[in-house]
Amino acid sequence: MTTRVAVVGAGIIGLGIAWRCVQRGLDVTVYDAGEDGASTVAAGMLAPTSEIQAGEEALQGLLVDSNRRWPGFAAELEKATGVELGYRDEGTLIVALTDDDLREVRRLAGWYERAGQPVSPLTARQLREREPLLSPRVRGGAHAPQDRQVDPRRLLTALRHAVGDRIVPRKVTDLADVDADRTVVAAGIGTTTLTGLPVRPVKGQTVRLKAPAPPVRHVIRGYARSRPVYLVPRHDGELVVGATEEERGADTTVTAGGVLDLLRPAAELLPGIVEYPVTEILAGLRPGTPDNAPILGALKDNLIIAAGHYRNGVLLTPVTADLVAELVATGVPPQEIEPFTPDREALWT
Amino acid sequence: MGSDTFVIAGEELESRLILGTGGVTNHAVLEEAIRESGTALVTVALRRIDPAAPGTLLDVLEKAGVRILPNTAGCYTAAEAVKLAHLAREAFATSWIKLEVIGDEDTLLPDAVELVSAAQTLVDDGFTVLPYTTDDPVLARRLADVGCAAVMPLGAPIGSGMGIRNPYNIALIREAVSVPVILDAGIGTASDAALAMELGCDGVLLASAVTRAERPGEMAAAMRHAVIAGRLAYRAGRIARRLHATASSPVEGMPTW
Repeated sequence: MTTRVAVVGAGIIGLGIAWRCVQRGLDVTVYDAGEDGASTVAAGMLAPTSEIQAGEEALQGLLVDSNRRWPGFAAELEKATGVELGYRDEGTLIVALTDDDLREVRRLAGWYERAGQPVSPLTARQLREREPLLSPRVRGGAHAPQDRQVDPRRLLTALRHAVGDRIVPRKVTDLADVDADRTVVAAGIGTTTLTGLPVRPVKGQTVRLKAPAPPVRHVIRGYARSRPVYLVPRHDGELVVGATEEERGADTTVTAGGVLDLLRPAAELLPGIVEYPVTEILAGLRPGTPDNAPILGALKDNLIIAAGHYRNGVLLTPVTADLVAELVATGVPPQEIEPFTPDREALWT
Repeated sequence: MGSDTFVIAGEELESRLILGTGGVTNHAVLEEAIRESGTALVTVALRRIDPAAPGTLLDVLEKAGVRILPNTAGCYTAAEAVKLAHLAREAFATSWIKLEVIGDEDTLLPDAVELVSAAQTLVDDGFTVLPYTTDDPVLARRLADVGCAAVMPLGAPIGSGMGIRNPYNIALIREAVSVPVILDAGIGTASDAALAMELGCDGVLLASAVTRAERPGEMAAAMRHAVIAGRLAYRAGRIARRLHATASSPVEGMPTW
């Protein structure tokens, strides 16, 4: 008899796992609560280099692993569904507005290098040769060639196509109500109420602008008078400016201060954006964990967790889908998920 | 030499190092930094945290058993700061407040006029006020005169890591007021914290130096040692600075042959 698998959560993580499980011949049902999750707000940077913080070496290994899987994952998903994902690999330009910002960028560059993710330093002139619309005040920066981007909304659409009518509109409030041989909880911030695991909402506001033509080719990660900001260009002229990071519980109000904190540094780095229409201002809730790394693995027999991807859900979709589907299908945890299991110390201290 | 306790507003604190949380997103890293620093008091910006939300870094502080010092970071007027302080008193059930009233966006230097005004109001409202101030001895005395429980002069602008730019003024502030002096802002590395203590400060408050370090836990441990070393050196009584050498062993009685 075919193993019946329930996936609770129809965001990119849940759907990615479901797609891989279907490919392995399992009988899959995805429960969709019908709520917009973090993936509709996310910008879709695939940034194994510039997303890393101190003390997150194990996480970085997983980010790099998933980044390596992205080209194949994107090609396969596009081929299977006919949905173009907006996958691009120009890399990130790290841009500093002032001398102080440049010192910070150089410090980060040294750190990326030591972490095995080298970036190439660029002078102000070299930056503006690549992106002529950058402010002439820009002092310098670097190119992170490993970084890529994808449009998370297209990714979500493609994965929904791929999983098809196995998606059932139903909000699961108690795992006891789920009838399956194996259950995967991929419910983002909803994972806490279902399992008791420590996943907290970390609010992020993003602004979407619509340029008549893309003003830049690269993802821009900027520092403008110590304020960090990123700008992610899409081929159709959409420019995603993000993102705040706020510990405000499940609150999703957009605020003047949040928008100001994004648009001010963005306009200092790329002055032309002030002309563009604002198409959306959204606040999403990242599923954060105490050590900023995802929770991957079995919580108990036949109950598997794939949640808490925090700032890196889009980047981590391929590796999560592959490894969790393997665990679901074989019952044996792949060794790559060992640092991220639900019983690790950081989740319980 | 007797005991050397650190007391603010009648409350004894077990460490002279006060830690800020700005710049931390990784709770496991913060937990380690708090443990390694040995701090007993951690300051939190009410602007950045909803105390009612579950799973925020307040849980980390609670588990670590440290006292919370809410701050008014991000306020530009006395009116805003006073309002935020009242919200903080409700939310955190503490009347202690680290008072920040910023006057300039690029330097984040305090606005002296608004600061004294807010301090006066909050003291009258029954708060234990710990004001972040410039390294001006006259202003420090004014803040002490209106009833602040300590004064917290900067060593250099917030987050600059530039150390103590005017040690002379910090020493003057130590003489000007009888309340505790806590060096707040500008610490870049351990020697800066040690210098603050050698100048006679009663404590050091720092955030970025630890939270933005490559290995926050190690830097937190370095700061703990630095504050202890600086305090011991201050109390031990340093030797005078001299232009010329003085041999450490006497020359009298040297054998001759």
